[in-house]
Amino acid sequence: MAKILNKTDVVTVGVGFTGGVIAAECTRAGLNVVGLERGGYRTVDDFMEIHDEWRYAINYGLMQDLSKETITFQNNRGMRALPMRQLGSFLLGDGLGGAGVHWNAMNIRFFPYDFEIKSKTKERYGNKLSNDYLLQDWGLTYDEIEPYYTKFEYAIGTSGEMKSPFDGKRSKPYPMKPLVKTKILSNFEKAAQKLGCHPYMTPASICSDAYTTPYGEDLNPCQYCGYCERFGCEYDAKSSPINTLIPVAQKTGKYDLRCNANVVEVMKKGDKVTGVKYVDTLTGEEYIQPADIVVLCSFVMNNAKLLMLSKIGEMYNPETGKGTLGRNFCYQVTPGATGFFDEQMNVFAGAGALGVSLDDYNGDNFDHSKLDFIHGGLITMLNAGSRPIGSNSVPKGTPSWGAEFKKASVYNFTRALGASAQGASLPHKENFLSLDDTYKDAYGLPLLKMTYNFTKQDRAMFSYLSEKIENLLMAMGAKSVSSKPNGENYNIVPYQSTHITGGTVMGRDPKDSVVNNYMQHWDADNLFVVGAGNFPHNGGCNPTDTVGALAYRCAEGVLKYNKKSVSLV
Amino acid sequence: MSDKMFISRRKFLKTTGITAGLAAVGGSLIAFETAEAKGNDAHNTHTAAQKNSGIPRARMFFTNVLDFNILSAAAERIFPKDELGPGAVELGVPYFIDHQLAGAYGYNAREYMVGPHFEGAPTQGYQTPLLRKDLFLQGIAAINKQAKTQYKLDFPDLSPAQQDDILKMCEKGDIKTDGFKSSFFFSVFKSAVIAGVYADPMYGGNADMSGWKMKQYPGARMAYTDIIESDKFENIEPISLADMM
Repeated sequence: MAKILNKTDVVTVGVGFTGGVIAAECTRAGLNVVGLERGGYRTVDDFMEIHDEWRYAINYGLMQDLSKETITFQNNRGMRALPMRQLGSFLLGDGLGGAGVHWNAMNIRFFPYDFEIKSKTKERYGNKLSNDYLLQDWGLTYDEIEPYYTKFEYAIGTSGEMKSPFDGKRSKPYPMKPLVKTKILSNFEKAAQKLGCHPYMTPASICSDAYTTPYGEDLNPCQYCGYCERFGCEYDAKSSPINTLIPVAQKTGKYDLRCNANVVEVMKKGDKVTGVKYVDTLTGEEYIQPADIVVLCSFVMNNAKLLMLSKIGEMYNPETGKGTLGRNFCYQVTPGATGFFDEQMNVFAGAGALGVSLDDYNGDNFDHSKLDFIHGGLITMLNAGSRPIGSNSVPKGTPSWGAEFKKASVYNFTRALGASAQGASLPHKENFLSLDDTYKDAYGLPLLKMTYNFTKQDRAMFSYLSEKIENLLMAMGAKSVSSKPNGENYNIVPYQSTHITGGTVMGRDPKDSVVNNYMQHWDADNLFVVGAGNFPHNGGCNPTDTVGALAYRCAEGVLKYNKKSVSLV
Repeated sequence: MSDKMFISRRKFLKTTGITAGLAAVGGSLIAFETAEAKGNDAHNTHTAAQKNSGIPRARMFFTNVLDFNILSAAAERIFPKDELGPGAVELGVPYFIDHQLAGAYGYNAREYMVGPHFEGAPTQGYQTPLLRKDLFLQGIAAINKQAKTQYKLDFPDLSPAQQDDILKMCEKGDIKTDGFKSSFFFSVFKSAVIAGVYADPMYGGNADMSGWKMKQYPGARMAYTDIIESDKFENIEPISLADMM
């Protein structure tokens, strides 16, 4: 029998960036918040020996333990879904702070176009894509979400420059000047300018200077050690939930953080939720945590899975198009290329989001009337720090092992640079999340099943962006360029992007969304669900800034609901 | 030693210009790290011993010397000794792999191994029920069986060209195996060799940081604030995590 605990005002399931925002905002407003995190507790002191590529980058030291829980995957409904047995294509985070600890910290806004993609595409191009693509407006315009973007960027600190002519209007400048422009980046910038593009320093939640957040948390300047992505930052220079948000909640005395607490069910009675049931992952004991308000703050996959397990909302049915839970599952289109140069460069130094980006081929910043796709992607050259196990690029035609490989991989380690794009991903009726009927997690619950494949739109965009990237590298002076192949089918093995979205989308109508524009569930007004799962489509850049903005919007919703106890729309 | 070291490093961060609210002092941190690392070399005999030829070499996983010799010979063909520097054997790669197979890596401890197992499509990834430790044992046995069939000799006794022929067959998936394809074993094996060449020397490979030296990779250095804006290539001596303990 599960032990029933004392009731709290708010419980969050998951404590990463979204759980951190909810905890900070709600505790500061005087509410008692319980944070349930299924991973272990950690602080910056756990990252003192983090410069270990084998442990963290290759063996995924900070990622989800798949022996406890994974997903199953099929490219289409006709296949047999099989478990993702190892990590690959995307990296699910684990532990306090979640994926917000191992991220590269690129913190970029979506365009005004993204939030009204259906209306604006129709206006300019008519019904360009077929009805198989479930394009929808977000239920919030850019102007409405702008103040929340600003809040999030200041709360965690962001270094950047207002230089791109394609940016939406900003109410305030970036909190910090951009990170340093290395020789590699300035060469890329010149090449982009030569091709008529508009490059700018990539917005980074990595400190270019000492920074104190509006909550009073201190962050330190980046040391350019080259260990960001897949690592935690031992300098408190890269922002994460554990150095910007969680301590804010802890200092109020109103926050009860419990790690190793895996929520397995959201309890619902009538049209309200009453709390959550969780398992202590160390002892196996079960608890029920009653709460006035429940906020699901875990990663995309798990937010959707919990609603499905708890039977809250109607499952999406790709046959009929009915139901909303699991629909609009999107990923990203990730073309990229490596350029090989004559000169040696300091590729080992850098920071995760130290880069130069351009938006000339992103959003609706260029005319698509003669193209087979809409939207586009941010192209970036990162100076993130090449590492020796992971970086073994060799020019086309070189064997992949043996004497020639050794020579070429050693020679090119300091002479190879990569550039890549994050192409937007648009919802398709056949791409969705559901529950698997064969495979189970360590708690005996069904695994989440992902049905996903690239679409015609994706492949057309891939080719287009791939050519632009090759041109940029050639303009930079590369002797030769090797591009990633444009795969016919999505493959779960090679790493592509952790930017997974959808499944619990937001909107103005319960017919095509799971939550309203306060991230409040249509079927239970004291249940909020927040994260990249709310995105009706995935934009052409990193999702975290938008996730953070939605978390601030959600926090406002929770506080409003706490006063009124009704639906907010 | 280790606690003190890290406390001092944290204290250093908190009490110098690198703390929030004050201007940063560029370059001071890296100078500190270098001094600290040098101090270790002189005073820490354990570290010094590890750096010399006295690296403890013992097997934690392989029980059969022939198996280990097959692994070693094959690893050397993946990453051979040449004028640039040592190959896989001299770098300690076979011991690196042996140690890894004895632990979480060999037992797929953090991977989903629950059945039923089906082959599936290539887009669905690794589906074999074999644990990595068994994959290696079976893969090594299959390579040697092929060597004996083709050349009537054990794999380590073949010429380098003959060894390459067998490994190419393995890479193509043309060697007979049960429960997995030889091409799958080859890709896992090849990745393990590369990892052993370049992982921090504390794992038993990358002896004397020679893998890093060949690539001019500075290892586990803590900061590059003093060179990040440099216009020329900087060849920096590597340091290992072990240098910081």
